[in-house]
Amino acid sequence: MSARLRGHAPFAAVAVLLLVVAPLALPAFRLDELAKYLCFAIAALGIGLAWGQGGMLTLGQGVFFGLGGYATAMYLKLHDAGGDLPDFMVWSGVEELPALWRPFGAAGFALAAVVAVPVAVVLGALVFRQRVRGAYFAILTQALAAAFVILLVGQQGLTGGTNGLTNFYDVFGRDPEAEGTQRTLYFVTAGVLGALYLGARQLVRSRFGRLLVAVRDGEDRVRFLGYNPATVKTVTFAVSAGMAGLAGALFVPVVGIISPSLLGVVPSLELVVAVAVGGRYALAGAVLGAIVMNYAKTSFSEQWAGGWLYLEGALFVLVMTLAPRGAAGLYEQARDALARRRGTPAPAARPREAAT
Amino acid sequence: MTSLLNQLPIGLSIGAVLLLTALGLTFTFGQMGVVNMAHGEFLMAGAYTAYLLQDWAGAQAVPVALPVAFLVAGALGWVLERTAIRHFYGRPLDTLLLTWGVSLILQQAARDLFGAPNVQVVAPSWLTGRVGLSGATLPHARLFIMALAVACVVGIWAYLGRSRQGRRMRAVMQNRELAAVSGVATGRVDQLTFFIGSGLAGVAGVALTLVGPVGPSIGTYYIVDAFLVVVAGGLGQLRGAVIAALALGMLNSFAEFWTDASLAKVVVFAVVVAFLQVRPQGLFVLRSRALT
Repeated sequence: MSARLRGHAPFAAVAVLLLVVAPLALPAFRLDELAKYLCFAIAALGIGLAWGQGGMLTLGQGVFFGLGGYATAMYLKLHDAGGDLPDFMVWSGVEELPALWRPFGAAGFALAAVVAVPVAVVLGALVFRQRVRGAYFAILTQALAAAFVILLVGQQGLTGGTNGLTNFYDVFGRDPEAEGTQRTLYFVTAGVLGALYLGARQLVRSRFGRLLVAVRDGEDRVRFLGYNPATVKTVTFAVSAGMAGLAGALFVPVVGIISPSLLGVVPSLELVVAVAVGGRYALAGAVLGAIVMNYAKTSFSEQWAGGWLYLEGALFVLVMTLAPRGAAGLYEQARDALARRRGTPAPAARPREAAT
Repeated sequence: MTSLLNQLPIGLSIGAVLLLTALGLTFTFGQMGVVNMAHGEFLMAGAYTAYLLQDWAGAQAVPVALPVAFLVAGALGWVLERTAIRHFYGRPLDTLLLTWGVSLILQQAARDLFGAPNVQVVAPSWLTGRVGLSGATLPHARLFIMALAVACVVGIWAYLGRSRQGRRMRAVMQNRELAAVSGVATGRVDQLTFFIGSGLAGVAGVALTLVGPVGPSIGTYYIVDAFLVVVAGGLGQLRGAVIAALALGMLNSFAEFWTDASLAKVVVFAVVVAFLQVRPQGLFVLRSRALT
């Protein structure tokens, strides 16, 4: 087997697992759950790109996830209502369709994929141009997530408030509850995840990817070399936001609801936790981390609801203290430790623990 | 116009709460580069301290709890610093995630210890009245919080400017290496800073029992705004924290008046981002020649 083929072997194995084994082996209910985890994995992939490769700790991916999700949900709602007002607006006493909703009636789903990107571009351009970075950036994105959720809850008539948008009866001409629809949605989600993963991997291996890592490890040095780090970071941030938006857009038909409780500070941080546990410097680590962590959360919460928070917290403390490179970095870490014990210098060209 | 004037004291008192919560943060962040997400849970610890002290001190629990909560929250912070955070210096983003894990554990612990529903701390009778203030009325509790904020700021200012220990703290904040080679035990200064910073969160927590019920997630409501204050004010800057907290408090109250509570948060966020366009490092900056 050539080296080129060997590099693709793990990806092919996971693809077979997700596309062939899982649909055959899992009951419909669990397959639906897995589709949900795959949506989170898409968002996690974006975080892996922005944080692991670019050093931008974004704690507000829930916002972009939500923008994509709400755009899709608005489209589905208007489609269901068929010219009338969506049901929840009637309950809230809204009499006329708000202007904000109008564009989503016609091309809502197409809008869903792109609605997150301009927001990220504007925020990124404003913030990165002024060299706001590191913890400042993390805090700002977190504040954005907090403000976004408060806005969603507060504007009941426009967004459905705490309940969010739910009860979709018609998803692209199909019954959303039917097993066949769910299966199709699963394959679509898995396909999108695979394509985005390959795209992200290509991006990381390209010249742009190298520049991105250079910006992470020494932003000022990159600037002295004549590049503009702000552009590199804004583009990456926008790509990562676009992934989160797409994930949200898929989440709505898969799960059948989008609500503020899925998007706030805590859910956004949970995505980051998953990436950290899986391994922030490896894109595959981010994806698998999101799937495994969400699976663990569901199965653990079914047994002992309160215990999950202890476990998640403890896991996080342990990972940050003992294995900052996550599960994907354990092998490298062990190799380095072994090399140190033998007295030989550790191999170079490994990511430095971000000091930004 | 009178209702507009009414917003002024409301804004001041929101600012005072923000200031109390942000005061500790700005020093742990500024001196040690620690983004302490568990700060909100130290606040919670202070609030529950007041709740527990009610059994013993009755209606005077709030004033009694102030020093106790300082010690309780300070001790929690000190333990956290010794066991975990000290391994993370120079990696602020990792401390953010680490302390968030800690805050999850503390929240769930509070839920198991005190139950998920909110509890109430009864304010002493001398804090339940209202005073008229140029057409507006203001609860005594709010005035008390403002006074407490002023007292804390003056205390910190005196500590930093007048005491030996405070001078060491400023030295470490300005240039850690230089302080270390000049004989300052930076590790010990860090411990003390973290103790004081966390203790201030405990004091803020006691103050919060006067404005609302106490629950396991009380900290999460304040932590994000408190960090915005730190970012806008500049790291480790007492002046910056005071001005930023009052400005954001005012902005919040007036934005709520003109729009509504949910839009106000968005307005505050937008203003902070816009402000960082002018002063990316916040209001006041510690000058440094370090190249990051």
